[in-house]
Amino acid sequence: MTLAEVKDLLEAEVVVGEDRMEVEVHTAFGADLMSDVLAFARSGCLLVTGLPNLQAVRTAYALDIAAIVICRGKALNDRFVETARELGIPVLWTRFIMFEVCGRLFEEGVTGCVREIHIGEMTSARH
Amino acid sequence: MPDTEYGRFLQGSFEVHGRDFVDAGLVSSQIKKGLKAKGIDEDIIRRIAIIAFEAEVNIISYATVGTISYYILPDAIIFEAIDEGKGIEDIELALQEGYSTADDSIREMGFGAGMGLANIRKSSDVFEITSEPGRGTRVKCTIMLNGQNICKEN
Repeated sequence: MTLAEVKDLLEAEVVVGEDRMEVEVHTAFGADLMSDVLAFARSGCLLVTGLPNLQAVRTAYALDIAAIVICRGKALNDRFVETARELGIPVLWTRFIMFEVCGRLFEEGVTGCVREIHIGEMTSARH
Repeated sequence: MPDTEYGRFLQGSFEVHGRDFVDAGLVSSQIKKGLKAKGIDEDIIRRIAIIAFEAEVNIISYATVGTISYYILPDAIIFEAIDEGKGIEDIELALQEGYSTADDSIREMGFGAGMGLANIRKSSDVFEITSEPGRGTRVKCTIMLNGQNICKEN
C-alpha cells in the first residue's frame, strides 16, 4: 500500500514527506528498542515506534527504512522533525497505540519484515 | 589514532565521546552520506551504516572517547573503531546475542539490547576485535566491494 493509504488507515498526520506519499510499503517492523531495529529490520519497511528521538530517525536512515510511524500520539520535538526532513525520512503521526497500528496494517496485507527471531542465529544468517 | 596501514585510503575520521547519547547515530549518518556521494552500492552502504551505528553506541555507552575511521580501498571498505575505556573482559560473552551490561541511561535511548557486536559481526565480511580490559577496544571490519567500487581515483 502507499504511504497515503497508510495515512488514511491510521488516521495519521503527515509530519514530514508530504511529497513522498506515493511510496509503496509492503512490510513493517514495530519496536521502541532501536538496538532491535538495527539488528532485525529490513530496508523498505515501515518503522512503527513510540520513541520519537534522533536515534530513531538515524536508525531509519541507516537502514533505508521507507517511513516512520510515530504511535501513541507521542509529542515530537523540533530537532526530531528537522533531522527527519534533512535525512529524507517521511514521518506519520498517529494517536493509535502500536497494537492498533500493527493490527490495521496487517489486515491490509502489510506483513512483518521478519516473522520471528531466533536469538543466537544471527551470526549464521549473514547480511 | 587511525590505522596508518591504510592511511592513503582514509575517507573520514570522527571522534566520539562517551555518554554523548544525543549524538548517537550521527557518525553513521555522516558516513552514509559520504558513501552515497561516492556512488557505492546501497546494500554495502547499509551494512556499513549499521556497523557504524552500533560502534558509535558502544563507544558512547562504554568508553571515554573513541575514533571511528573508514577507508575506501580498491576492493573493500575498511571500518575501524578504536576507543579508550573499560574494554571488554570476555569477548566471546560480549559477542553473544542478548548479553549486555548496559545501564538504564543507555536503555532509555532505545539501546543496550546486547545485539551490537553480533550485528557488527553479521554485517562484516571480516570482523576483528581486540580488547584490553581497563584500556580500550579496537574493532576492525572489512566489507568487500566485489568490483562495485567506482572510486577509480583510489
